[in-house]
Amino acid sequence: MFYRESGVFKTSYAADTALMPLPSTRVGAALAGLLFLGVLPLVFGEYGLSVCNLILIAVVGAIGLNILVGYTDQVSIGHGAFMSVGAYTAANLIVRLDAPFWLAIPAGGCMAAFIGTLVGIPSLRIKGLYLAIATLAAQLIIEWTINHVPAISGGVQSTIQVSPPSIFGQALTQPWQIYFFLMFFVIIAFVATQNLIRSRIGRAFIAIRDQDIAAEIIGINIARYKLYAFAISSFYAGVTGVLYTYYLGIANYEQFQLTVSIDFLAMIIIGGLGSPLGPVFGAIFVTLLPILVRRFLETFGGYFLDYSDLAAIIPSLRLAIFGALIIFFLVVEPEGLNRLWRKVRAYFRTWPFSY
Amino acid sequence: MRMTRRTLAALAFTGSAVAALWGAPNAAAQQKEILVGAQCDRTGPTQITGTVFCPAVQDYVNLINSKGGIGGYKIRIDEIDNNYQVPAAIEAYERHKQMGMVSHIIWGTPQALALNPRLTQDKIAGTSPGFGSAAAANGTKYPYLFPAAATYWSQGGAAIDFIKRKLGGDLKGKKIAYLYYDNPAGTEPLPVINDIQSLEGFEFRTFAVPPPGVEMGAQILDITQRFRPDFVIAHLFGRSPALAMRDLKRSGFPLRKVLGLVWASSEADISAAGGMAAVEGYSTMQFTGVGPDYPVLNEIRAMYQKEGKPVPATMGTTVYYNRGILDAALHIEAIRLALVANGGKPPTGEQVKNGFEHIKDFTLGGLLPPLEITPQDHEGGGWVKVFQVKGGKFVADGDWFRGYRELVLRHVNGAGS
Repeated sequence: MFYRESGVFKTSYAADTALMPLPSTRVGAALAGLLFLGVLPLVFGEYGLSVCNLILIAVVGAIGLNILVGYTDQVSIGHGAFMSVGAYTAANLIVRLDAPFWLAIPAGGCMAAFIGTLVGIPSLRIKGLYLAIATLAAQLIIEWTINHVPAISGGVQSTIQVSPPSIFGQALTQPWQIYFFLMFFVIIAFVATQNLIRSRIGRAFIAIRDQDIAAEIIGINIARYKLYAFAISSFYAGVTGVLYTYYLGIANYEQFQLTVSIDFLAMIIIGGLGSPLGPVFGAIFVTLLPILVRRFLETFGGYFLDYSDLAAIIPSLRLAIFGALIIFFLVVEPEGLNRLWRKVRAYFRTWPFSY
Repeated sequence: MRMTRRTLAALAFTGSAVAALWGAPNAAAQQKEILVGAQCDRTGPTQITGTVFCPAVQDYVNLINSKGGIGGYKIRIDEIDNNYQVPAAIEAYERHKQMGMVSHIIWGTPQALALNPRLTQDKIAGTSPGFGSAAAANGTKYPYLFPAAATYWSQGGAAIDFIKRKLGGDLKGKKIAYLYYDNPAGTEPLPVINDIQSLEGFEFRTFAVPPPGVEMGAQILDITQRFRPDFVIAHLFGRSPALAMRDLKRSGFPLRKVLGLVWASSEADISAAGGMAAVEGYSTMQFTGVGPDYPVLNEIRAMYQKEGKPVPATMGTTVYYNRGILDAALHIEAIRLALVANGGKPPTGEQVKNGFEHIKDFTLGGLLPPLEITPQDHEGGGWVKVFQVKGGKFVADGDWFRGYRELVLRHVNGAGS
């Protein structure tokens, strides 16, 4: 903006390793914090916040999947199942042991991390499409297990009802309470990932992604770090599953099926693989776009058609437009929405003296 | 550089369009209108039902409005497609709540379970006819959820009762096969049937068809060659009912010894299996009347003719069409009762819920069962009727009936405790 970055000199190691080295990033983060923690909850009504809540849950899962797919280049289409592992672990703890959320959420994450590590073992021998099929098998095995083991799924309907999370005896039921509850985990997930990627583990992930043989030659234990990637990513997925469970009030395996895994892959690909803000943009895009397309069709379709005719057309047209927009965005910006964001940022970083 | 500026312009445009859409006023704000929120699935895995069910809902509302509405109010049923996904269902529910709905048409079993806590909290009644949890028949434990039609437990009880009558009144030593779609809904009738089995002493075996249910050769062989049952209950969904009819027939099993539960029973399934002639004798369980000969359907056809439009093809799939009529009619009847109780003023969600709990003697000329919804019984009695494919159409096999009602009620009252 109105300052030049050439004036920023680092005089200490702490400054050199800071999470946000540029003043503009710090200002941006503060503004984003003000917007998301102060303005949005005040401006949006219940409906707006409930949509935000769906986005926030998706953000956690997308950030986790991005660690695996974006940073380590290991494909997983079993993340829906990892979410269900977290969801059912937490639901059982909540119902049987009356566990509070600060216990249920990490427990769900840890169980998902354990299962995810087991599923990740084939990644030591196979990669690419072959690994995708191996994780697909995991998706089906986990679905079947949950559906057929009453000890996990709580009997005939495979559904466990849980009470909302409570803090200091106050149950969180209002959309704005859930909003802050979810936002807390989104911030933790985001900051933790940013730090993880700058650490020894994160650099190992990126080395494996860029060239696994080279990474092995420079002394990175590939087996260990691939399993780390699966474990960490599945932990996020498990947490996402628990957050879904709290948000919906039930754990149900039918909401974590293959399409969910595909949706999350779509989010990170549209948002931009291996970028910090990519999963956030992707989650917003994939959650919000169908809603906006529907609103658009509802608002303007009414001028041309009867309501009953319109109602018959909207669902199909919405899917078609949603698909077309995804193709459009990927063609315009193959590196995802994050790249678009970086272009905008680069423009303003030197504005108005861009030459 | 220029690229960036254009990108910026495009982004700014998108942003403002989003903001404008978000703030766009909705048409529900008109006076003298009562809003019902409806979910539907015209594009997802259950589209075979949704593409017929949801137009029926709109047709019935148009019919009511063309006759002047209810108590001076127009009814509007706003439909949002949930694609059979739970997050989309939550979004649709919250949107309808914001628009001010008084009751909610739910679509899908996991969606019904996920919405139940919200319905209770917001005091908005929701209906899940033929799906959702059978335990929701218990109005004291699920105060705002109305199955409003025979649940899977009632269907299981009725199925055995029907088979008992067909096999001469005694099931001792008889063999019954249960061919089911391997998901929670598929296994739900089992506790009831197992209890009846220990009562009646028949041999009972289950045959699971794994999702997506497009292959069941092994199960059919097992049933027809090894188990050789006296009767088969088919509790299947989606594409699998047609496959079951076709494979059973191909292996020489007489279809008159097969009873399909409510989601294995539509014209669409039968035409996918080769048409009415190919499945002669197949029995189907229904919670609404089947066929085109009901006064309300004649009125809808007359409405289309008066508007000079052709009668839509969806009316040909009478099984799902008539179920759509049932769902819409129950909501509108509940609203009518709530309006009466409220002295003609627009009712709240809670008053409409009370309206639901007073629905009685409301059959639309035999299209609906003789249901009676009470604060305790949100199922309305659990009535079903069996229709058999005979001579190219559905023929009623007996009247509305229930089976092992006390035993089913024992499960309903024990559920969730």
